[in-house]
Amino acid sequence: MSRYLSPRDIDWPLLIIVLLICGAGVIQIYSATMDTTFHSAWWRQILYVGCGLLLMWFILAIDYHSLMHHVPMMYGASVVALLGTAAIGATVFGSKRWIPIPGTGIHLQVSEFVKLVIILLVARYLTDLKRDELEIREMLILSGLVLVPMALVLAQPDLGTSLTYMAVLITGAFLAGLRWKYVAAIAVVAVLVVPVGWTFFLKQYQKERLISFMDPERDPQGNGYQLIQSQIAVGAGGMFGKGITHGTQAQLRFLPVPHTDFIFSAFAEEHGFVGVVVVLSLYFVMIMRIVQNAQTAPDRAGMYICMGVAGLLLFHMLVNVGMVVGRMPVTGIPLPFMSAGGSSIWSNFLALGLVNNVRLRRFVN
Amino acid sequence: MILPPVDPNLEQQGPQKPPLRDDTRFAAGKIAVFQYAAVGIFLFLISGFWKLQVQHPEEYDERAQANSIKAFPIIAPRGRILDRDGRVIVGNHTSHTLLLARETFKEEHLAPIAQGLDLDLDDLTRRLDRMRNQPKWAPMILKQDLGPADLAFVESHRDFFPELVLIQAQQRLYPQNGMLAHLIGYTGEISEDELDSPELAKYDPGDIIGKFGIERQYNTTLMGVDGSRQVVVDNRGQVRKELANKPAIPGKDLQLTIDLDLQVVAELAMDSGVKEMGVDHKNGAVVALDPRTGDVLAMVSRPAFDPNKFAAGIKRKDWKEIADNPDRPMLNRAIQAQQAPGSTFKPIVALAGLESGAIDNKFTVHCAGGVALYGRFQKCWVYPKGHGTVALHAGIEHSCDVYFYTISAKQGIENLAFYGDIVGFGHKSGIDLPGEMPGVMPSPQWKLRNYRQKWYAGETPSVGIGQGALTVTPLQLARAIGGLAVGGVWHHPHLRKDLDKSEKPAEWKLNQDNVKDVVDGMFAVVNGAGTGGRAYLPNVEVCGKTGSAQLASNEYVKSVGGNKERLKDNAWFVGFAPRENPEIVVAALFEHGVHGQYAAPIVKDVMKAYFDKKKRLAALKNQQQNLTAGLERMVTLGLPDGTGRGFGPAAGLSPGAPGESPAAARKPRPTTPIQAAIMDAFAPSRPEN
Repeated sequence: MSRYLSPRDIDWPLLIIVLLICGAGVIQIYSATMDTTFHSAWWRQILYVGCGLLLMWFILAIDYHSLMHHVPMMYGASVVALLGTAAIGATVFGSKRWIPIPGTGIHLQVSEFVKLVIILLVARYLTDLKRDELEIREMLILSGLVLVPMALVLAQPDLGTSLTYMAVLITGAFLAGLRWKYVAAIAVVAVLVVPVGWTFFLKQYQKERLISFMDPERDPQGNGYQLIQSQIAVGAGGMFGKGITHGTQAQLRFLPVPHTDFIFSAFAEEHGFVGVVVVLSLYFVMIMRIVQNAQTAPDRAGMYICMGVAGLLLFHMLVNVGMVVGRMPVTGIPLPFMSAGGSSIWSNFLALGLVNNVRLRRFVN
Repeated sequence: MILPPVDPNLEQQGPQKPPLRDDTRFAAGKIAVFQYAAVGIFLFLISGFWKLQVQHPEEYDERAQANSIKAFPIIAPRGRILDRDGRVIVGNHTSHTLLLARETFKEEHLAPIAQGLDLDLDDLTRRLDRMRNQPKWAPMILKQDLGPADLAFVESHRDFFPELVLIQAQQRLYPQNGMLAHLIGYTGEISEDELDSPELAKYDPGDIIGKFGIERQYNTTLMGVDGSRQVVVDNRGQVRKELANKPAIPGKDLQLTIDLDLQVVAELAMDSGVKEMGVDHKNGAVVALDPRTGDVLAMVSRPAFDPNKFAAGIKRKDWKEIADNPDRPMLNRAIQAQQAPGSTFKPIVALAGLESGAIDNKFTVHCAGGVALYGRFQKCWVYPKGHGTVALHAGIEHSCDVYFYTISAKQGIENLAFYGDIVGFGHKSGIDLPGEMPGVMPSPQWKLRNYRQKWYAGETPSVGIGQGALTVTPLQLARAIGGLAVGGVWHHPHLRKDLDKSEKPAEWKLNQDNVKDVVDGMFAVVNGAGTGGRAYLPNVEVCGKTGSAQLASNEYVKSVGGNKERLKDNAWFVGFAPRENPEIVVAALFEHGVHGQYAAPIVKDVMKAYFDKKKRLAALKNQQQNLTAGLERMVTLGLPDGTGRGFGPAAGLSPGAPGESPAAARKPRPTTPIQAAIMDAFAPSRPEN
């Protein structure tokens, strides 16, 4: 039993892959923000990545068991922070998601960091069960615990991020051995709940986004606009793309937010199918490395943490890239490691830190 | 590098806990399911890219280009229309034209756009429908010559209606108050019927073409070729880059034979009233020709319309107002009014009689206020008085009906029709304006052809005094008398100054003694004791003839009683000057003017303007020659010439110099050409007086 941990044990291939993805992101941000007021975003992104690496380093130092020990405190702090966001948050694009940090000009998106707490919460709860199957009662309790921050994020309103919590929950519950009959029961309940949710919980703009996802050409200048323009950008890229800074859709701003949520659309336009396959392969290898770390985890807690991160990132990929190719409705969630923005980058590097945290301690027992 | 050790407390707690089920093997199968799911999701995503980027990239590339590449037409300005001295009659002014980009246009926007721009929705729908076979990228002209309210609407609704495209265009600027309206005409969007006609088939729906008058006649000269501008725009419609620029080819300027100085005077003469009659304006027409060339110097028709209302697409209300007007303002009376010429026909009758040998200038008739011919008593206009014994000279001077009844009966209808045909009656003069009417020169053949009836000799005397079935247009009358005055050459009247003159004028070898007899009679009409004294001008030998043409018989007028105004006689006057080698012939029709003497002042005014201008120009030329001579003297004396600027003849001193008048060049507003013309016409520079 070694008391000392060596940086040799960090998952270097994973880190290099992630940094390659970050590099592609920085180049794409540079290209997409040329001649705009956001033109400083690319070097800010480099700073964010640097800070992200430091945060990752920092979280490596704290044993994940110790982190799990403090989950109740972190959970409470998350709820308070989300309530605080609702109270003093800055309203951007009609939703309150950000807390301004005085003196830095940085806006922190609390809900991004709450993801990590959810991962730890799910891991802790499921580990503490010490069973190979998940009973419905326990499932409901866990769902209730996740639902509180989820509801707070949904109220911001931010459907996309709140759904990522659900993704972590579902991944965890699936691994914990949720029985198929309960899955069926939950599906039935969901079918019943959807109309209620449609009527009472979804905001008008969210409804319109879903409608326009079903039929984007219905309102090409309005709600279908983003989907259509994104597909045009992707398709116009063709096999080899138009070259960096030569994508008309992104450069002429027909593509909405080409440096954040729709960055992959701009990337696909400028680098074509070849570039897309290369970067998606990197993402795929990244997720598979994380899953491998789950497989080699020393205990259930470590496995749940790694799989939570993998599930979270896979969900991000599915929703964000799916939206870019018009196979998912428009929900504003960023592409991990590529989209410009400090909160997203930091929370993703922290998640990466959690994975490496588990990896470093895989020989502990 | 060494990481800090793990929290020792935790490790100590570990063994105290009950042994936990902590193997991760139970989840191995589920992790495998997750891995398969991940593979599935990535394949799902890649297939999305495959479909967009590999299967149909061209389609999306096209749409990306359609997003960013826009083609705007550059509308070619029409050529200007100039008067014979090069002064601008019709110019263009820079204005805004609103286009509808049909590819991004949304159906439900039409109603609010129509409302915001004060356009007729039905009309708009129809026009849009007409464009349906055009390529989608071709925009439709929504509205021309936008006012401040329209511009404000477009600017403030940019985000709502991205299909609205504002471009700069040259808008036609016509003289105001209907000046030259019938002659110049107007432009408008090509109609469906016009598109079907062979000569206009080369144009596209939405093109602006000449619809009326000169604009229509010389459309191909005046109309330019539109260019286009291809630009890259961003999502807010801001132009980022210019890709291609095909400049518009402007239309060519067209110089007319019209003399604005004379035109203005003629217009004013028609717009002024007659005190004795208690009217404040005149309906009718004026035509002034140069009988030596056929140049049309002035042409007026009243009532007129405002072509500016047509220039930017006429509103339905305005059109209805014009169409419902019983005076028919769209009728160009100078070439389309077919009216009995009355006594203005008598010089032709006299000439025909002399030329045929049926009479000579000593042939006399006794006028006792009337004469019985072919069993019918025909009154002279002075009935119950009489003219006594008259020969040719007095017959014309006093316009004795009895004399002309007699000589027309004596020469017969065949001879009258023969000479009537020579002077141009009964067929079009060939003026370069659309819609000219031929009038009627009655003859036995004409009657047989049109009524399948024999000519009765009893009809001939009424034709002899310009009544009966005989009708002429003011233009035909001016041409007929002008050709007679110059001794037998009837030029084809024309408006384009540089017209190919290959078309031979109609000529007839006249006995110049006969011409002189008729001309002397017409001189006496104005300068003797005749009916045309109101056309008298000092220092100019004006010859002329009045005419009062009945529209209906006296009995009919009495029987209807009611709307007598419309049945009042038309007043005519036709005159030329000078007596020898005439330079100008003017015909005036004053509808319901009762007596020719009321039409005479119109002709007098135009002639006065002509001869005043001639005098003024001569004086100016004289002055310039003196200046040049003085300058040359200065040069020979070796004195500095002060750069010479301001001395040259090209410094805008001469109103006759070609090119835009300085006033018009400075301020191209609608009133300017007219004002300039008025200033020229009434300039107090008559050194001789």
